Amino acid sequence: MKEDTDLRKDFPILNQEINGKPLIYLDNAATTQKPQAVIDRLSDFLSKENANIHRGVHYLSMNATTLYDEARTCVANFINADHNDEIIFVRGATEAINLVARSFCNERLEPGDEILITEMEHHANIVPWQLIAGENGSRVVPAPITDEGETDLDQFESLLNERTKLVAFVHVSNALGTINPAKEMVEIAHRKGIPVLIDGAQAVAHQEVDVQDLGCDFYVFSSHKIFGPDGLGVLYGRKDLLNKMTPYQGGGDMIEIVSFDGTTFRPSPERFEAGTPNISGAIGLKAAIDYVTNIGWETIHKKESLLMNHANKLLGEIPSIKLVGTAENKVPVLSFTIDSVHPHDIATILDTKGIAVRAGHHCAQPLMKRLGLSATTRASLTFYNTVDEINQLTETLKEICALFES
Amino acid sequence: MEDLSDLYQEIILAHNKRPRNGEPLIPCTHQAEGFNPLCGDKLTVYLRKPDEQVNEIACKTEGCAISRASGSIMTTMIQGKTVNEIGKLIEETKALLTGDEEPEIDLVQHGEMAALVGVRKFPARVKCATLAWHALESALKGAMEATTE
Repeated sequence: MKEDTDLRKDFPILNQEINGKPLIYLDNAATTQKPQAVIDRLSDFLSKENANIHRGVHYLSMNATTLYDEARTCVANFINADHNDEIIFVRGATEAINLVARSFCNERLEPGDEILITEMEHHANIVPWQLIAGENGSRVVPAPITDEGETDLDQFESLLNERTKLVAFVHVSNALGTINPAKEMVEIAHRKGIPVLIDGAQAVAHQEVDVQDLGCDFYVFSSHKIFGPDGLGVLYGRKDLLNKMTPYQGGGDMIEIVSFDGTTFRPSPERFEAGTPNISGAIGLKAAIDYVTNIGWETIHKKESLLMNHANKLLGEIPSIKLVGTAENKVPVLSFTIDSVHPHDIATILDTKGIAVRAGHHCAQPLMKRLGLSATTRASLTFYNTVDEINQLTETLKEICALFES
Repeated sequence: MEDLSDLYQEIILAHNKRPRNGEPLIPCTHQAEGFNPLCGDKLTVYLRKPDEQVNEIACKTEGCAISRASGSIMTTMIQGKTVNEIGKLIEETKALLTGDEEPEIDLVQHGEMAALVGVRKFPARVKCATLAWHALESALKGAMEATTE
């Protein structure tokens, strides 16, 4: 097992100064930094192994095809999918959701039908459903959350009815850090025979995901939020559902026979991967998953809970700071407001100290409205952050309070 | 916190805390809203301009310290000015905050707006400082809404 300090050294970007101060990167929910192992893997692939997949009979093409398939197997194992063919590579979690909206929901929705989501969704898990619902005369229904930022399960259950054609919810909230009781929510929906999509964008870097144990029908996430390259995402879907869905985009690689009288399509995953995919991205994601697996969830959990407890304690001691999202079960995401200071001013001042945080509505405007806020400041942590970084954040926040309250 | 003095100066903090002319001016002759969809800053500029001269102005802002201070300072500079004079002030302010060339600060010309010149170093925040001025421009044109886009 590697020590913390060694893990931190794996991330070259962290070893630099921003605005004359050592970088303190607390924006991991926006994107995670990349370990040297991922950077090297990408560089190696592009330097020595690059070729298109599935089309060539030459060595490099066959090798690239093998590497791409290995990446798919790696992802399938990582989330414990039953079969490799249930893993589809897309551009990101957002595209994965749009794919399901287009290819799964479009044919199933009729006027008056409903898609149930929650009030804590990211825009990526709201807008694609609204677009498809708008075309079909169906509607998107939000399940309420509590003031602490937890899904109200009783209301969630009571909103499911014979018109509900899909349930889609976030595994872990990007703005609040809340971990939804995903397995329980899937069970509730399945009791009524309703399929479920889980948006796992914020979950995969913090906890083990087992799609078979969760029982969900679809699960989506993005590579860049789990230390891999951007521009690549994963859609997991149950094989029996995927092979009944219409293609999302047309093009090369997804077809069986093309003629001007009509075209037949290959089964999943090729069915949904028209054109040349993000080959290097998939290979980079495999390197990232290997890296995370090698560290192990136990080490990650231990470090993250240490950081979260420390941050909760320190921020809790500043009277003007109000933590937003205090669910019992959460990842180390600390959203907060300071009465007298706008989040963008906080973020700008923190930036002058080399501290990177996110400020704003976190692509969750309906959630902000529900909480009666226009914006929050968010510090999102991961295992490479340190107790000392939390101390520096806290000290600077105290200075900011003093500056604005004087 | 000396290194913060560049942007968050006392002038800005004071205007943020107690904006001048910060309450809606109703009735008014001209009114326009400013909205920055990226950060959610929202403000309304109200004018009483029976002829070529702005007799009274107000700017009500919901947003960050930069947008509040900019709107507040703007009202103090505009009061009693003619449309021509205001047009010149708007151009000077745009040059100060967003011009390609590094501006030479002239305290007589720029007044307290000079305190906002530090925003040039924060590209993500420039629009916070210009929002009120865009809304003023729209109000003068008789438009009802301005955005930073």
